[in-house]
Amino acid sequence: MFDGRDPLYVQIADQIRSDVLTGALRAEEQVMSTTQYATTFRINPATAAKAFTELVDEGVLYKRRGIGMFVAEGAREQLLAQRRASFFADVVEPMLEQARVLGIGVEEIVERLREKEGPR
Amino acid sequence: MSGFGVEVRDLTARYDATVALDSVSFTIRPGVITGLLGRNGSGKTTALSVLAAFKRRASGTVLVDGEDPWENERVLAGTCLVRESGDVAQDQKLKDTLEFLADRRPLFDTQLAGALMDRFELDPLNRPDRLSRGKRSAFGVVVGIASRTPLTLLDEVHLGMDAPSRYAFYDALLADWLEHPRTIVLSSHLIGEIERLLEDVVMLDRGAVLTVSDADTLRSSGLTVTGPAHDVAAFVAGREVVARQHLGRTAQATLVGPRDDDAARARAAGLELGPVALQDLFVHLTDRVPTPEEAR
Repeated sequence: MFDGRDPLYVQIADQIRSDVLTGALRAEEQVMSTTQYATTFRINPATAAKAFTELVDEGVLYKRRGIGMFVAEGAREQLLAQRRASFFADVVEPMLEQARVLGIGVEEIVERLREKEGPR
Repeated sequence: MSGFGVEVRDLTARYDATVALDSVSFTIRPGVITGLLGRNGSGKTTALSVLAAFKRRASGTVLVDGEDPWENERVLAGTCLVRESGDVAQDQKLKDTLEFLADRRPLFDTQLAGALMDRFELDPLNRPDRLSRGKRSAFGVVVGIASRTPLTLLDEVHLGMDAPSRYAFYDALLADWLEHPRTIVLSSHLIGEIERLLEDVVMLDRGAVLTVSDADTLRSSGLTVTGPAHDVAAFVAGREVVARQHLGRTAQATLVGPRDDDAARARAAGLELGPVALQDLFVHLTDRVPTPEEAR
């Protein structure tokens, strides 16, 4: 966990974002504290705190004084909207690029996608 | 108490004719866990020894909490240096050393020391000169953490310890630092395990400062580019390349100094970008071939 190229705090923030997206963390649910994060993953507490600051600035988390950090109401919807907006640029276009290299036509991809999705 | 800050300017330190530190300058922020990284003989121990006034400097300015530490009672009472050798009386019972420190250091936490002794399975009636290297190191860790000094300098203390003990050390250090934030300097040439504990990094190389940075910035300052050799060469043209590898027609180059458009350019060229661990970056930065002038 946390060995990618991005700064550690970005990776921690991404982990929390994806937990919110998948529903592992729900609105109004308390997230692990900076202290818990630091001691669980043996990470510098200031680094962990940077991730929380970023998520609070984005409106994904909010702070309840003296209690801790919680997932904001509407955080999932907000993240979904962002991810949907970047889905084509981040996922579809690189896939098309790969397909072009491999000589796989768009028709073939569409066919496979329909197959995978099954009848509706 | 958030710890002592350190300011070092143009510090030169010598052992007879040998220059161990050659006009180095760096700062250590108060209340931060900083890594002092460098290869063997790079000057780490000398730098820490000067900060703790174990060694006299030849020239330059050293300020610990704003004052020169040399023969400075207030600053030295707040400074604890633990070197790999332990820096404790070798022929005294561990419990006597702890009692002595509890007496001398106003912030020493006897209860914490006891808990750490248990954690590292150290017998208070034993003596350092009868302990294994790992256990001696563990005792150094007990002294370093329980002293709770505003400036705690741990010089490669973890190297002799086995893996479970090292993890116990990291956990104890973080837990106590969270409750009592203070300035901690961890020196090491083995970076992999400790890098996530660090907020700042000072890198020494051959008695000079190589880099001073926060760990996150340093970590993201390197990247690898992998793909067809020709495309990789085009991608890295004019950039600072610290390592190159070839496997058939595939090449990998390690760059320092990422640019904002790297990801987009790599995607367009069909190249793969990857991370560089701090340990690898450190090896690349310090393992340069001497220039003809240096080799002479």
